Amino acid sequence: MMPRRLLPSTLLAAVAAVALASNAQATELTVYTAVESDDLQKYAERFNAAHPDIEINWVRDSTGVITARLLAEKDNPQADVIWGLAATSLRVLEEEGMLERYAPVGVENLDPKFVDAAYRDGEDPAWVGMDAWVAAICYNTIEGERQGVPMPSSWEDLTQPEFEGHVIMPNPNSSGTGYLDVASWLQLWDEEQGWDYMDRLHNNIARYTHSGSAPCSLAATGETVVGVSFAFRGARLKSQGAPIEVVFPEEGLGWDMEASAMVAGTDKQEAAQTLLDWSISREANELYNEGYAVVAYPGVAQPIENYPTDITERMIDADFK
Amino acid sequence: MIANAFSTSATKPSLESLIRLLALLAGVALLVVGLLFPLVAMLVKSLQDRAGDFIGLANFAQYFQTPALVNSIANSLRVALMTTVAVVGLAFVCAYGITRTCMPGKRLFRMLAILPILAPSLLPAISLVYLFGNQGFLRDVLAGHSIYGPIGIVIGMSFWIFPHALMLLTTALTNSDARLYEAAEALGIPKWRTFLTITLPGVRYGLISCLFVVFTLAITDFGVPKIIGGQFSVLATDVYRQVVGQQNFQMGAVVSVILLLPAVLSFIVDRWIQRRQVAQLSARAVPWQPTANPLRDWIFALLCYTVAGVILLVIGTAVYASLIQFWPYNLSFTLEHYTFQGMADGGWGAWFNSLKLAFSVALVGTLVIFFNAWLIEKSEGYRPLRQGLHFMAMLPMAVPGMVLGLAYIFFFNQAGNPLNWLYGTMAILVLNTLVHFYTVCHLTSVTALKQLDPEFEAVGASLKVPFWITFSRVTLPVSLPAVLDISVYLFVNAMTTVSAVVFLYNSDTRLASVAVLHLDEAGYFASAAAMAVLIFLTSLVVKLLHAVLTHVLLNNAQRWRLAG
Repeated sequence: MMPRRLLPSTLLAAVAAVALASNAQATELTVYTAVESDDLQKYAERFNAAHPDIEINWVRDSTGVITARLLAEKDNPQADVIWGLAATSLRVLEEEGMLERYAPVGVENLDPKFVDAAYRDGEDPAWVGMDAWVAAICYNTIEGERQGVPMPSSWEDLTQPEFEGHVIMPNPNSSGTGYLDVASWLQLWDEEQGWDYMDRLHNNIARYTHSGSAPCSLAATGETVVGVSFAFRGARLKSQGAPIEVVFPEEGLGWDMEASAMVAGTDKQEAAQTLLDWSISREANELYNEGYAVVAYPGVAQPIENYPTDITERMIDADFK
Repeated sequence: MIANAFSTSATKPSLESLIRLLALLAGVALLVVGLLFPLVAMLVKSLQDRAGDFIGLANFAQYFQTPALVNSIANSLRVALMTTVAVVGLAFVCAYGITRTCMPGKRLFRMLAILPILAPSLLPAISLVYLFGNQGFLRDVLAGHSIYGPIGIVIGMSFWIFPHALMLLTTALTNSDARLYEAAEALGIPKWRTFLTITLPGVRYGLISCLFVVFTLAITDFGVPKIIGGQFSVLATDVYRQVVGQQNFQMGAVVSVILLLPAVLSFIVDRWIQRRQVAQLSARAVPWQPTANPLRDWIFALLCYTVAGVILLVIGTAVYASLIQFWPYNLSFTLEHYTFQGMADGGWGAWFNSLKLAFSVALVGTLVIFFNAWLIEKSEGYRPLRQGLHFMAMLPMAVPGMVLGLAYIFFFNQAGNPLNWLYGTMAILVLNTLVHFYTVCHLTSVTALKQLDPEFEAVGASLKVPFWITFSRVTLPVSLPAVLDISVYLFVNAMTTVSAVVFLYNSDTRLASVAVLHLDEAGYFASAAAMAVLIFLTSLVVKLLHAVLTHVLLNNAQRWRLAG
């Protein structure tokens, strides 16, 4: 009979021990992100190497979906931290009062253009940048040769007659990348010339896609010859074995940045701050540099495969105010 | 009429009728919370500006002044009508072949024909690209037309909607009274007149329901137009563009309201038809058995197996896609795509979550939906409640998944909603999926129940047997094939659905179908195909179990259908 009487109390003790241990061990943070899903595991692993006591629960979707979801959850936010979302989206969230201002330890080390402009005016920044996400063209060399479409070197080239029906680009109404393209063309030239360019380009476009990755993926499988997309996806597909060249048009490159922020009202402030502190560290920037050629921490960026070395000079001046 | 009079007199204000009332109220409450309140939250959005102030119909005025948005109405109608004609025509021929001829290999064909329902809609989209895209094997078939546009949308939608139509029409054609056909034959009436005067009128309720189900599924579908539609915009993709692309929830809500119109129309027509529907399988009916007619049987076999061949081609292409290293440039075989390297924590966790969701929805959903349908069809009294429940049961089909998902966020995530705790749990995914796929299950239940003579209930009542005994001893066993169909339908849809849950999953409840979307977006087409094939195989195994179970049950509990 002894075992039977012992059992409940032993169980209870075990349960209590587990509960205590897990309390002491891990704070769970819900982190919303648009970081490419192939990289998420790596991000969590590197962070946990430094902070094993914080567990990251990712909610990942494309930029548009994650932004829509955050806005829809405005009255009762589910996320504690946003790590890796377009700065243009974070600005929308900030206007809605959804971000908690916080200056991560070491924010002064970052390139000022990668930090919320309010920081320059003495306020705590609402968001801090991670890396730049640069427009690029993916060109399929096999299909180009077969269908007699030359490799473009500029945005202007894409309006030439031989490109008619061979260009795919993201829809600026539904894709962050598409929006970035339009914004950068309007900034590269003036408004009138910019629209004129887009009218001429439109004649050559085979179709518009919802996602910014899609045009490059379609170029990679030969569905189209030219896909207007962004550099990260092009470089990644090329190293997967796709017969593509990543072209950086000579007029200049539009860009947006991935950034991080704390969600207002989180009850896990301390852990959220720890994550943000780490997200701007040198170590984290070295991590970003494995996929992105331009990162927020000056002097960290090493040239990476399939990117030009002078990419920083070719990025247009963007204003994230 | 006589039966009605009898049962009315048998109704007694007792414990039994109280329980009936409570059950009805529970059914109503479920749909009010799971459907109506979220939709109202959505409708309110359509009348607000970005700051949340009431602005009346200003959003609608703006909508109709924007040609780019209004054009989508005509586009949507066009592809939905084309799909309806194609799908209902084919499904009717096939359902007729299954139920009214002695064509060879019926069971095999039924298994093949149901296959598309087992796959996420991304699967046909991926296959269509491999078949008809610029690098496709069969691109010459399209004679220079692009698959990215209306053609691709109609083919893709027809593929996944076909089994839905077949399910409804087969149920409608299954029960028939041999006495009518014998009478027709004895009178020497030609076959075509028998068809027009006995067969068609007998299934008109099922047929018209089917037309509306297919039309509404087509007009609200999001997956196929998103992937293969190119820049051909339809209403469902407009909702996505407004909400996800521009974070304009208000305009997204306006487009959603416009998308709700087909449902309202569908409901009105349904009521109108229902008033004219007469129970076909009376208590004295003799089930009709087809007799062999080699010419007719082989023609139907040929037609059915052509359809089955196309289905196999589409699925086979996806399987092929998942096994190729880098299509079309490196065609060596590999299993590597099934390790899902493009996913943060592997794809298999997501697959397991999907499994949990699918089993929960199938179990809870089948019981709730069939019982509710029975309360609506076979009870007396509480007419407004029953009609209200039926209306709400018709509504989900017209609500695009994405709209339902967003509506759930607006409603369940409101500060101060007592149901707040549901948000972010598996339970909300179950509720959402159950509601999302309510209508077809409801219609299947109703079609099956309508064919049972109301005298069953009347006799039960006059013998003073409580309604739940009649339900569990007579109605449920007699309708078992339909009930099993419903549970499998719910299971596979929970496995494959994307649009509704994409806003509701969280880190612990990531789903396989959402993973397909993410993998495809990131350019891992082969891994996306692999995940789609994995979902398909899972559903297939469950479907096979269902087939075995149905077979056993038909041999036991359903022997009466074969009697005579």
